[in-house]
Amino acid sequence: MTEEMRQVGHNLPELLLTQEHHMCPGCGEPLALRGYLEAISELSIADRTIGVVGIGCSTTFSMSMDIDLVQALHGRAPSVATGVKRMRPDSIVFTLQGDGDMVNEGLQEVLHTAARGENVTCILLNNGVFGETGGHMTATSVLGQRTKNSLDGRDAAYHGYPILIGDLVARLEGAAYVARGSMHNAGAVARTKRMFKRAFQTQDRAEGFTFVEVLTMCPTGCFVPTLDGPDYMNDTLGEVHVMGELKVDGVVRTTEELREENLRKAAEMEHALARGGIEDHHD
Amino acid sequence: MRLIEGSEAIAEASIAAGCRFFAGYPMTPFTELLEHFARRLPEEGGVCINAESELEAVGMAWGALATGARAATGSTGQGLSLMQESFSEITLAELPLVIFNMARGQQDYFQSTRGGGHGDYRHIVLAPMDINEAVELTQLAFHLADTWRAPVLVYGDYLLAHVQEAVDVTPTAFPDPPAKDWALDGTRTGTGASRIVSPLGFEKVGRPSAGIEHHLRAIVAKQERIEAEEVRVESGFIDDAETMVVAFGPPGKFVRYVVSQLRDEGHKVGYVRPITLWPFPSDAVAAAAEGAVRVGVFEICAGQMIDDVRLAVLGRAPVRFIGGISTDGSGFGVGPLLDVELIRERILALHRDKEMPPLPNNERQF
Repeated sequence: MTEEMRQVGHNLPELLLTQEHHMCPGCGEPLALRGYLEAISELSIADRTIGVVGIGCSTTFSMSMDIDLVQALHGRAPSVATGVKRMRPDSIVFTLQGDGDMVNEGLQEVLHTAARGENVTCILLNNGVFGETGGHMTATSVLGQRTKNSLDGRDAAYHGYPILIGDLVARLEGAAYVARGSMHNAGAVARTKRMFKRAFQTQDRAEGFTFVEVLTMCPTGCFVPTLDGPDYMNDTLGEVHVMGELKVDGVVRTTEELREENLRKAAEMEHALARGGIEDHHD
Repeated sequence: MRLIEGSEAIAEASIAAGCRFFAGYPMTPFTELLEHFARRLPEEGGVCINAESELEAVGMAWGALATGARAATGSTGQGLSLMQESFSEITLAELPLVIFNMARGQQDYFQSTRGGGHGDYRHIVLAPMDINEAVELTQLAFHLADTWRAPVLVYGDYLLAHVQEAVDVTPTAFPDPPAKDWALDGTRTGTGASRIVSPLGFEKVGRPSAGIEHHLRAIVAKQERIEAEEVRVESGFIDDAETMVVAFGPPGKFVRYVVSQLRDEGHKVGYVRPITLWPFPSDAVAAAAEGAVRVGVFEICAGQMIDDVRLAVLGRAPVRFIGGISTDGSGFGVGPLLDVELIRERILALHRDKEMPPLPNNERQF
């Protein structure tokens, strides 16, 4: 690979004002950022897109995104997006929140916004931890997860259970499209970008509320070496918050069903490998 | 002229002022205001959302404001307690929010005027004494909010919300407010000229950014200009008054009536009625106290505005509290103290340096 090819500047998303960011090394959030920015550009909806950003690590993206933005309070982005969309119904409106912001502080906001069927897209960057404050338990932290306020691991009896937010949203009639992506490898990144596109397209057809959750690794907040971040996330968070589409065209699939499907596919794959070949699969 | 309820008049005045978005959560005595917006805004091409909480109501208004729309929210003081975090940050985001407090009595003076949430913020508070004045001040609220890019609160109560008066809601002509060259419509996304509406003093990369410290100082400097320019007050009979009474809102109208009655009978009493609670008319109160022997403060609460009166009077005359807590069995702030005869007794007791009569008790408990 030549040095020139390595210049990421050549691949800078159109909607980014700088390639610098304030995230830690190994953070999954800039990958997610690239995903939805590229989705917006490729769908040619940029000239009518308005974003609402919450409070968390990703707040600093507000300075580098070339998007008309409202900065909301912690937890409140879906309501702010509601006000924006109702006054500008022809716009594409999205929110950007972390799991602490959306699932802890603002759980009822996202649920009611979904139930009202607001034509907005809420994006959740779910790393299972309060990254900005330095690694504390959130409502999506998985059982056994060690954080600064669950030192011996999240214990169901003491700390309660994680919330699978995508499942809650998908069951609401106002929700039109619900998906859970991940940033743990290149395939997942590409698949998540398609989820962003489907969500924005669904919003553009005014079919209802759309929701894309993205698992983003946080090696800093999870206290693992930077390079272990993606695998650690996929093996812990990803085992509970399983990647896949939870609602498409009115059909709901639960996280449990996604997990079973993944296990079935893995078994099929193993079986095929044992037979000495893999059939051509079309996703 | 039409005989209408205060809630309806305020909603109509808002619509006349160009308000096209309202979000609220039902709560007595604010509920009817929400009802009127819910009925009328869609007819005017606007939107009214029955929000799932006060937190969401103010967030929705925030979003509507960011697009440049005239938008409002409201509640009673209890609901506004929930919204204070947003009021603080909306002040910092410099958005022209109009807030209606249909308060349970006058217990929300501190909440309204002190910046009930975190930080150094203050916002304009307009306190109409009756429905005709509410129609005027509601329209002024939208104008001032846009002029200053700052929240403005209209302080009402049960009486203002539910009494009927003959009013004429015609749009008031104001000078054009500054153009909303900060509002978002999405068309600048991807052009390099996209905008951000933020309380944090952030700017987009590559553009000069004030930074949070400078931003906070600039907001406070703006508040000082508002304090200098937006004081509104009414006073009467103060030139030779020995006794001066300060009261605001509908109780201020009662006090004004009683004082003019006492004047007719030859008593040297006068009154000051703050119309803006913030900025507080300190100069007018100080001037009125200059020649007075004593100052009384009548409020339907335990006494909150009295702090501002004392700060204005600065020892020029003794300041005595002549109001008190008075409410109905449900706690909506409609108590027996709001009565011309009882207020008259209390002002006379003040005037004669006599002991204050005991507060009347509401005998009809819930």
